[in-house]
Amino acid sequence: MKQFLVFVKKEFFHALRDRKTLLILFGLPVVQIMIFGFALTNEVKNSKVVIADQAKDMASQQLINKIEASQYFEIEKSILNRKEIENAFREGKIKAAIVFPENFNYDILHENKATLQVITDASDPNTATTQSNYLGSIITDYQNELNENMAQPYRISTETRMLYNPQLKGVHNFVPGVMALVLMLVCVMMTAISIVKEKETGTMEILLVSPFKPLLVILSKAVPYLVLSLVNVTTILLLSVFVLQLPINGSILLLFAESTLFIITCLSLGLLISVRTQSQQVAMLISLMGMLLPTLLFSGFMFPIENMPYPLQLISNAIPAKWFYIIVKSIMIKGLGIGGIWKETLILAGITIFLIAVSLKNFKTRLA
Amino acid sequence: MRTIRFLLQKEFRQIFRNKAIVAMILAVPIVQLLILPLAANYEVKNINLAVVDNDLSGHSQKLVNKIISSGYFKLTGTCRSFKEAFALIESDKADLLLEIPQGFEQNLVRENGQKLFIAVNAINGSKANLGGSYLNSIIRNFNIDIRTELLPVQKSVGLATIETTTSNWFNPLMNYRLFMVPGILAILVTMVGGYLSALNIVKEKEVGTIEQINVTPIKKHHFILGKLIPFWILGLVVFSLGMLVSWLIYGIAPVGSIFLLYGFIAVYLLAVLGLGLLISTFCDTQQQAMFIAFFFLMIFILMGGLFTSIDSMPGWAQFIARLNPVSYMIDVMRMIVLKGSGFQDIKYHLGKIIVFAVVLNGWAIWNYKKTS
Repeated sequence: MKQFLVFVKKEFFHALRDRKTLLILFGLPVVQIMIFGFALTNEVKNSKVVIADQAKDMASQQLINKIEASQYFEIEKSILNRKEIENAFREGKIKAAIVFPENFNYDILHENKATLQVITDASDPNTATTQSNYLGSIITDYQNELNENMAQPYRISTETRMLYNPQLKGVHNFVPGVMALVLMLVCVMMTAISIVKEKETGTMEILLVSPFKPLLVILSKAVPYLVLSLVNVTTILLLSVFVLQLPINGSILLLFAESTLFIITCLSLGLLISVRTQSQQVAMLISLMGMLLPTLLFSGFMFPIENMPYPLQLISNAIPAKWFYIIVKSIMIKGLGIGGIWKETLILAGITIFLIAVSLKNFKTRLA
Repeated sequence: MRTIRFLLQKEFRQIFRNKAIVAMILAVPIVQLLILPLAANYEVKNINLAVVDNDLSGHSQKLVNKIISSGYFKLTGTCRSFKEAFALIESDKADLLLEIPQGFEQNLVRENGQKLFIAVNAINGSKANLGGSYLNSIIRNFNIDIRTELLPVQKSVGLATIETTTSNWFNPLMNYRLFMVPGILAILVTMVGGYLSALNIVKEKEVGTIEQINVTPIKKHHFILGKLIPFWILGLVVFSLGMLVSWLIYGIAPVGSIFLLYGFIAVYLLAVLGLGLLISTFCDTQQQAMFIAFFFLMIFILMGGLFTSIDSMPGWAQFIARLNPVSYMIDVMRMIVLKGSGFQDIKYHLGKIIVFAVVLNGWAIWNYKKTS
């Protein structure tokens, strides 16, 4: 036991000596939370539109005022001909254009029907859809104002409630995702690199000939990263509660227990990479391209899994981060207890045991 | 000039000697370009809908059918009670819940109005937003159908209607891949260029061969240029491969001038490589270089407008986005490839990138010291 502690101390020295890496490791979650929490949003607002008002009458002016008053649109300038609209789209300055026909007001008053043209920049399809939906509802509102005196028969109205996340903030999705990503980065990449580095510089040999058990050498390497990761989890949770005002609805203890399980999964993944590779560059590339990217892709936090083709959905089941993401989301946001997530926990534990078994099988106490 | 030629020879030999790196340079971008656009699909389709139909009338049936046949929604459950449907949302089996109250048909006809209740699982903001507004617009259309069905013709004439025709320019079929592929290609070129150049000088430091270069009469800018040019060529090769893949697989050919596109990429790569080299001169180990490069590239990519629009960001974030070379690249890719923008349209972007390239490379040369 004393020997083990000495080795753990050695590993801590190694980990804490490299200030630049350490700064990145602790800075990463903070910056990510800031970016995801404050900069990125799924809402579409302040879209720049141009208006080609060929009518210049009361109705068009009223409608333009209504559009301008909404937070979704920013009226850039008014232009008249189609050529200019096209140029504005090419320059990338505007996202939508609205064309009022001549006699807009007259058509409404005398023919009871006027046609408006909305042009969107569909090179970004989702934004285009959202914008035309917003414009559509502004126009419907205006139309209802016009018809206020006449009762509309057979009216179906809807009451929409946004559950769990009424302001449609991205944070609810991103905090669990950031946790999975950071833990993955710290544990997988750092463990893999730190073991392979000893191989590359030749110090592994010294460790293996010592009377200390080889397995414990590896185990002692994992301890500092386990601690670092738990610090990171705490940072992320503190930031999300106090800075993002995202309360933890479930049990904190359970959250930490599940995080520890996921950290162990990641550590065993790092171990597996390290026993199979010989150089730092290869270990880095495998952890980055082979682990980090799938985590980003298949955990479901950046890209909706149900939109993927079926084979990719199958692959996503093998990604531990996906299960961790579901677990954290369930505990933090929905406030579920262990009863709601036992299945995911079991799968995660199963993956961990499998990874440890495979890496132990490949673990060689002798160097080739 | 001769010095640079020899340096280039050395660098190319070192690059091609390492089979793992060559494989990564060629294979990874192609594989990613094949998988990423499939996975990174933000198109909101297949929204899982649970319906609580307390009315079970002809009209409520018609409404549900209309919603399902729109193609956006998948009926995952017809529930007897709100509680049952809510459980589906809790277990993530349903994203949306529509409750049709008892007496829907009756109230609609007799009392001229009826309220429907929609609950959306809003944890996934963009999905909730689009899903909710789709559902609302389908119900609005259904309402119009009902009105024309139930109302005598002359009565509906008195109401003023404003019809909207929507044209979707540049991508009339609203193909989401058309939006993603050019952006992803921009990211891939950035990642390959950034990582490789960041790891390069630092590897010479770690292995110790940099000392050998330092004692030769090679000038600082020769050394940096010798590191820059091979990766610049590789970057252009990766980009060409990517263009080929996106043309063959996705049928995306640039609407605008391909020469303009290459001209811009050539300058942009100089900026990215300059960033990598700068990181490299600051670090002592490959591990550090890797983490620092990852850190910056991650911020640049997330803030680059690939997934979320920069216009919607708050002011300070838009300011940072303006200091982000990746955002200009993604913008220009989409402008030239999808909209056919010309030189006049991108000259502002080009100017910014030239400034980035000069500053980053200048800084890297200045910061590289031949004496330790």
